Amino acid sequence: MPELLQFLLSGITVGAVYALVALGFTIIYNASDVVNFAQGEFVMLGGMITVFASAAGLPLPLAALIAIIATAAIGVALNKLAIEPARGAPVVSLIIITIGASIFIRGATQLVFDKQIHRFPAFSGDQPILIGGATILPQSLWVIAGALAVFFCLWLFFTRTLIGRAVLATANNRVAAQLVGINTNYVMTLSFAMSAAIGALAGVLVTPITLTSYDVGLALALKGFAAAMLGGMGNPKGALVGGLLLGVLEAMTAGYISSQYKDAAAFVVILAVLFAMPQGLFGRKPTDRV
Amino acid sequence: MIMRLSSKATTLLILAAVIAIAPFFFPSSYYFRVGSLIFVNGLAVTGLVILIGYAGQISLGHAGFAGIGAYACALAPIHLGLHPALAAILGALLSAAIAFLVGRPILRLKGYYLAVASLGFGILVSMVLSNEAQLTGGPDGMAVPELGLRAVLKAVGIDLSNTEFWYAFSGLALVLGAWLALNLYHSPTGRALRALHGSEVAARTVGVDVAHYKLVAFVISAIYASVSGSLLALQNKFITPDVAGFMHSIEMVTMAVLGGAGSVLGAILGAAILTTLPQVLTVFQEYEQLMLGLVMMLVMIFMREGLLPSVAHRIRGRGE
Repeated sequence: MPELLQFLLSGITVGAVYALVALGFTIIYNASDVVNFAQGEFVMLGGMITVFASAAGLPLPLAALIAIIATAAIGVALNKLAIEPARGAPVVSLIIITIGASIFIRGATQLVFDKQIHRFPAFSGDQPILIGGATILPQSLWVIAGALAVFFCLWLFFTRTLIGRAVLATANNRVAAQLVGINTNYVMTLSFAMSAAIGALAGVLVTPITLTSYDVGLALALKGFAAAMLGGMGNPKGALVGGLLLGVLEAMTAGYISSQYKDAAAFVVILAVLFAMPQGLFGRKPTDRV
Repeated sequence: MIMRLSSKATTLLILAAVIAIAPFFFPSSYYFRVGSLIFVNGLAVTGLVILIGYAGQISLGHAGFAGIGAYACALAPIHLGLHPALAAILGALLSAAIAFLVGRPILRLKGYYLAVASLGFGILVSMVLSNEAQLTGGPDGMAVPELGLRAVLKAVGIDLSNTEFWYAFSGLALVLGAWLALNLYHSPTGRALRALHGSEVAARTVGVDVAHYKLVAFVISAIYASVSGSLLALQNKFITPDVAGFMHSIEMVTMAVLGGAGSVLGAILGAAILTTLPQVLTVFQEYEQLMLGLVMMLVMIFMREGLLPSVAHRIRGRGE
């Protein structure tokens, strides 16, 4: 039993990171119908910029803030320079553009910073907390709390603010949103900034546990994408649940079946979900446009 | 949109002429090596032209089939005692069978869903290849036996160096593959594929069995990828799970779309560019990823149909 609890706790920690990446996917997908494969690079940038800013002598909270703002700026630049000019391009082109962006960001990071593995100290020490025979790192609680806080803020944003509703309206029908006076270009810029900032926050929170280097983004992007698909593309609740579910599933596979195949489990389940219910757990029913 | 740049004969003629004439300008045997890599990639990409360009379906997992073809050449000779050439055929059959089984459920999906499902399939294949270390040697890879055709040629008086042989052999395979793909384009199957690319509903209305033809395109492109993997394994005489990896799948799709997924010649041009780019950039190795990412973005933003069709458009546009 403590074993099960242990796997569950570590699964939820990893799952919270996947959920944050998946939320990033969801925000951009809703605003622009683009699946941004560079989403994982935002997580990497969050971690790496914090590492180098704090190495330059800045206090950790300030370094993390700079990392999040800088990554948000990079997200906006990505939208302005690569996504907006390609508006209306076919899905294959958009996939290649965002994968190209991801490779570009990775290449730039390795030039600007380095190829080493880095970490910075955990926020509240490394003393594990005992829960019913299992242990959890204080930093894991930070990660989980971070994911929940982001989800809650997004919920407030989308349901309680005018601009949040403008984003929802754009997601629902771009042309109709423009007709009622919503600046959809601004909505897209905002979505990329938010999505990048959330990714960077995930990077800041998780780096003390998983460490970071210039090439951690791709794996995170694939897992986050998978989590978003599992929950139903475009649904924030689905992203959260999909992420946590995926994390727990991986931890259980690693614990009870084979640690080598923990990544396989995620993709097997995703294939199964796609075949059985292609819209994911919380997705909308498809409507074919003829 | 699919466009024909030139008739079948012209495409084949250009391709064969370039392959035959290029060696006269090669300053060293290293160029033969790069050339044969281009042809091997070109073959896989020609398969993707059928899937992406003709049928309009995407796959981010075709490196999985390349992996199956490659490891068939490594494993079948050891465990089944097969000749490497037969092993390559076995690999192609196996890839076709797996594509048939996986393709049926996968191809019901569209757009990003199809992308993630095929991606998942590719990742599973590469994971099996790197984890079953007692069989495949794991991430360290394994040796592949000699094809033996070069010795046969030598016996009949054609003495080629190793790199020259593989240049000629994979060049021949590419021309053959391009010929088959171009024939398919003009066949009833090709017309059905293009029809369902244009509009699935319209194709269904005129009696095209959409699910069947998508599957046909998927299986054929899997065979191309598998043969390409086999050729790579045989010429390198060594193989690692990277051949089935996600990045290889992405490279393949990028090559196809970069040159122009609607045309065989364009896609092969894409393969040539993306295969030579890292060789040229070895001087600035640190900038390789930066440049690759930049090229991918710029071409897709400014030349949506890919290099060759876009350039052809522009030239034609000037005449009008």
